[in-house]
Amino acid sequence: MSDAEQPTDDGVPGDDEFEPIQVFPEAEDMDLRPGADDCYKCSTCDTNCPVAEVDDEFPGPKFQGPEQWRLKRQDDQDIDDSVMKCSNCMRCDSACPSDVPLSQMHNTARGEYVEEQMDKFSREYVRNRILANYRRLAPLGSMFPRTTNFVMGLSATQWLGEKVLGITGEREFPEFATETFREWWTKRGGAQVQNEDKRIAYFHGCYSNYNTPEVGKALVRVYEELGYEIMVPDQHCSGTPMFANGMLEDARRSAETNVRELGAAIEDGADIVASCSSCSMSLRQEYPELFDFEGTEAVAANTWDAVEYLRVHEDLEGELEGTSVGDEFENFAYHAPCHARNQGLDGQTMEVLAPIDGVEARDVGDSCSGISGTYGWKAENYETSMKIGDEMFDHMEEADAETGLTECPTCSMQMEHGTGYEITHTLEVLEAALVGSTEADSQ
Amino acid sequence: MAIEDDVLVIGGGLAGATAALAAAEEGAQVRLVSYKQSTLRHASGLIDVLGYTPAGEGPLVDPFDALEGLPDGHPYERVGSEAVREALEFFDDIAGDAYDGAHTDANALVPTHGGTVKPTARYPASTAEGLASDDRDTLLVGFETLPDFEAPLAAAHLEAAGAPFAARGVTVRFPGLVRDDAKVTRYAHLLDHDEAVTTAAGETTARDALAETVRGHLEDETRVGFPAILGDDHAAEVRADLGDRLGVDVFEVPMGPPSLPGMRLEDLLYDALQEAGVRVTTGVPVVDYETDGDATRIDRVVVDRHGAEVPHRADQYVLATGGLVGKGVESERERVFEPIFDCHVPHASDRYEWFVDDVFGDQPYARFGLPVDRELRPLDAGDEPEFSNLRAAGAVLGGYDFAAEKSGSGVSLATGYVAGRRAGAEGGE
Repeated sequence: MSDAEQPTDDGVPGDDEFEPIQVFPEAEDMDLRPGADDCYKCSTCDTNCPVAEVDDEFPGPKFQGPEQWRLKRQDDQDIDDSVMKCSNCMRCDSACPSDVPLSQMHNTARGEYVEEQMDKFSREYVRNRILANYRRLAPLGSMFPRTTNFVMGLSATQWLGEKVLGITGEREFPEFATETFREWWTKRGGAQVQNEDKRIAYFHGCYSNYNTPEVGKALVRVYEELGYEIMVPDQHCSGTPMFANGMLEDARRSAETNVRELGAAIEDGADIVASCSSCSMSLRQEYPELFDFEGTEAVAANTWDAVEYLRVHEDLEGELEGTSVGDEFENFAYHAPCHARNQGLDGQTMEVLAPIDGVEARDVGDSCSGISGTYGWKAENYETSMKIGDEMFDHMEEADAETGLTECPTCSMQMEHGTGYEITHTLEVLEAALVGSTEADSQ
Repeated sequence: MAIEDDVLVIGGGLAGATAALAAAEEGAQVRLVSYKQSTLRHASGLIDVLGYTPAGEGPLVDPFDALEGLPDGHPYERVGSEAVREALEFFDDIAGDAYDGAHTDANALVPTHGGTVKPTARYPASTAEGLASDDRDTLLVGFETLPDFEAPLAAAHLEAAGAPFAARGVTVRFPGLVRDDAKVTRYAHLLDHDEAVTTAAGETTARDALAETVRGHLEDETRVGFPAILGDDHAAEVRADLGDRLGVDVFEVPMGPPSLPGMRLEDLLYDALQEAGVRVTTGVPVVDYETDGDATRIDRVVVDRHGAEVPHRADQYVLATGGLVGKGVESERERVFEPIFDCHVPHASDRYEWFVDDVFGDQPYARFGLPVDRELRPLDAGDEPEFSNLRAAGAVLGGYDFAAEKSGSGVSLATGYVAGRRAGAEGGE
């Protein structure tokens, strides 16, 4: 028996249920040692990191993950502040041939850094907290959407944002919709199809609620067309921007609400579907990695991407065969978001749109858009974010299309910002094909 | 509903991509599912067929001479040497200008980052000017911040190995990089985009600055070798540009992992897959399978998407999940196994017989993998096919030691090609 297998804690005599994890005194905390030990330093993750490719300051995922995890086990070792330069694209996860939980390590390291090393009165902390908690501010903005859009669009506001908060003045704030998705849902009287056997609960997330309700409406129309009863449970932010900013306590509170509400929907016979790839990523992977509320695993196992769900539960290809759409959906430059790629959804949109008449979509390749949620909104990251995005902008411009297509709200901001193209969501194209856009407009 | 195709290839490396492309050529609708990114990023990018015989004879001048003498059960013996030729031609069509070596059956000798020479059948165009059979004097340039390539040592090694030219190595600082441990992709990106860099001489561009740094070290050599970091998306342009500025031929020395030539090969294959209409799903593992009443036929496999189980059905399946590194074959203390279909992997029951004490000796574990029939169907312990519609290709196969034989890419190509062709022909019916 090697030393590593010797139980050093006070094993009760006769208790032969030995778990190797008990050897380490910190076993009550998250113990990532087995994952760290799986790293054999092949550095494949480093070659996938879009930040390390353009930013000299960033030491890469191998350092941020297993190496830093080992270092910080020493009492006198602080978390390296470069961890805040990780954009949480999670590409390193699917790069690793050895299943090292890299993004989980980054999330925990970032959480610890913010908790223990960041000055809570600093501009950076306040700014990050605001960006991470977009969900808390959005209701205020959307109460008077036109005023907010006007004020946020003022150059003085942008200048102030940059000078006071470090939010880049280069970007335009996303507009608030004049009616949120939930307002629309309530006004139409909720679900219009009742069906005990086919029931889904929609996790709309913040963005399609406050900013792009047309995506949520498209989902509702497509699913109802196919006979589904839709529930829209109470929900909070998925937590993605909080993980990326190390605000793990905020994320925990949001996750608690979501797991409780979505868990109740599962009890009612529903599966969960999300229209945003970062939201589904969060519920499926990050929740079980970081939290252990009752029901976390059940929520993860029953959460789907909205299009993926239809592919598996319906004959979507058959439904779409021979349908057509108007010329506003003729040509697309498609970008697969990192968080869709990590869920094995990278080829999905191209496949699903293929049988629709008149739609030409071109995949612009596997580059990262570079914005990574709140990352590209920070003044100090703006340049890095645009450098990462360069390849995607080039490929979008090379493609024979002037409309972009993607499933991630912040990727679409970046695509629009870098090329000036209008950006559509896959669900909106499906809506046009299956339901018809004119009919949808009058509904 | 399951997600349906004619042929489903599991694994996204050289064998899987080749199988998918060959099946698509038969007219089948093909899907390739790959869990993690392929270990092509660990690969040198060289396409070797056979450098040494299983008995250790070599380096071989003509690998095809030696193919006939391989033992029963060796993957090449299973598919036959004609299939190896066809697979190489298939590869040549895909690779186009990106690879050289198709003009001859003879192996080329490519200098490696350790200063040894590797016998290989096809090599990236970026290494073409560096061949060890070429007698032009050579300057090797290494970088202080890239410890994996020690140019003076590699040059000395080459000379000691009897290379027919004078080789000299220098180590310089890569201009414009501030990190000591920058990623290889960072070097490549700087050169690809010819970014502005600041040097002692003022502001210039990355390619200019690099040429300037090397120029002073150049004596009468007519070719200069760099570690393989000369660009990713625009590698040919970077190389040509540096050559023009220096007035010599420029080549790359293949490096250990992570390897840009491996990544470029990966891009080449994935572009071809897209072109061929193969549906590619990455980032998710195949975790299980179901048979349809008849236990000898796979009905569907289950793909795990972070907890949600997504069924994929096809008529024919190809297993190309790699060997011990790619984790297509796994081992525990008591057993060696194939994790998806639990296909038979022959191995001694006593684990002390899995290896020999001499590290560089003839290691039994190096040959662990699936035994197959001539159709490349995995065989059970009684030599019967495990499933009628499953074939295997690449490093998941047993009976050969690719590291000792230098046969990894060739076996992946040949078996991927044969498995894909057959699966495509049967699945597309």
